Amino acid sequence: MKPQYTIAVTGLNNTDNPGPGVPVIRALREAKEFDVRIIGLAYENLEPGIYMENTADKVYQIPYPSSGSDELMQRIEYINSKEDIDVLIPNFDAELYTFMLSEKKLKEMGIKTFLPTIKQFEERHKSELPKYGQKYGLDIPFSKTISNLSDIDHIQHEFEYPVLVKGKFYDAYLAYNSSQVTEFFNKISVKWGVPVIIQQFIRGTEVNVIALGDGNGNTIGAVPMRKQYITDKGKAWGGITLGDENLIKITNDLINKTKWRGGMELEIIKTHTDKYYIIEINPRIPAWVYLAVGAGQNIPEALVKLALGEKPEAFKSYDIGKMFIRYSYDLIGDIAQFEKLSVTGEL
Amino acid sequence: MKLKKNIAVSETGFLFDSNTGESFSLNETGRKILQFLKEDKSEDEISEWFAENYEVDQATFENNLYDFFTVLQNFKIIE
Repeated sequence: MKPQYTIAVTGLNNTDNPGPGVPVIRALREAKEFDVRIIGLAYENLEPGIYMENTADKVYQIPYPSSGSDELMQRIEYINSKEDIDVLIPNFDAELYTFMLSEKKLKEMGIKTFLPTIKQFEERHKSELPKYGQKYGLDIPFSKTISNLSDIDHIQHEFEYPVLVKGKFYDAYLAYNSSQVTEFFNKISVKWGVPVIIQQFIRGTEVNVIALGDGNGNTIGAVPMRKQYITDKGKAWGGITLGDENLIKITNDLINKTKWRGGMELEIIKTHTDKYYIIEINPRIPAWVYLAVGAGQNIPEALVKLALGEKPEAFKSYDIGKMFIRYSYDLIGDIAQFEKLSVTGEL
Repeated sequence: MKLKKNIAVSETGFLFDSNTGESFSLNETGRKILQFLKEDKSEDEISEWFAENYEVDQATFENNLYDFFTVLQNFKIIE
């Protein structure tokens, strides 16, 4: 008989800017070696994953990490007293830091996680990427951070236009001259604060890799993908698995050198001369994770095993040419569900 | 000219490059040329076959064949 684990998952926002929660749950429900009871953790009461069938067995609202980690941990403690959670999988960039800091506290409650270390998380920030590239011998586009408008003049001679103007968490714009840089700097800094990153623009095709590192330098799983259909928010609405062995080599090399622990997504530009530049490292499972499952690598299942202290065997292959096509679908809910979640914080 | 190993061509003329994820649709002539490249046939052998089986002289066909090779090279389908 298979063991059953209670797994708490965030990121139920299956919207046009989707969180990875729903595909992670779907993967866990298809796990070969264990059964699951899923506890959905939601920040907003209209996250679609709350209402989707065969997704979460029970949903609890949790406070945003910005309200303070104590408040969030108190809520998790309460949920754990009801549900006895075995593993927690946070899926949002903005909450990862809080959960990483609270790893010990969660462990004391009997909740296991499998997250990057604080050092791994910090050193791959967009603003730190050039240093990261130098340290680990990776090709990263040249970039500089700026905190005010006068900095633009000081660094201008180091770049050729166009350049990418990027927010520290989200948003990226292509600027062809200094007045556009100024315009995008203002736009981004109002939304995401400073610093703003000015990055060399590399022409080529964007490819992505989902991967899982065991924390000892070994890659447990890695699947490369090219977005085939991109929304106006830059999100993949369709994609296809690739057979490019160089992408696997780059991923293995990075995981080996950094001893990466947990899920990750690499965003890479492949140039027309077949050079590969890492443009971003996301420290969590991406929303397209179910493509990897469909291609033969159940990365969330392996992550749960790692969290439980097991040593899952590394995946040896995946299917090339597997595609995902996302779709939107109208769920019919009832005001009583919305009321229950709003009033009691549980559904 | 050699077909890259990451290129798959189906019987319907659907070409898939597993390295880039790009796909293309070939007409019957294109499909046949790629099939010959896969079988390591030389350019001469390919043009001879077309001159024998289609109403085209070898010189005209070769001109078109080299244009087609240029397209395939641009898409990194052959090396």
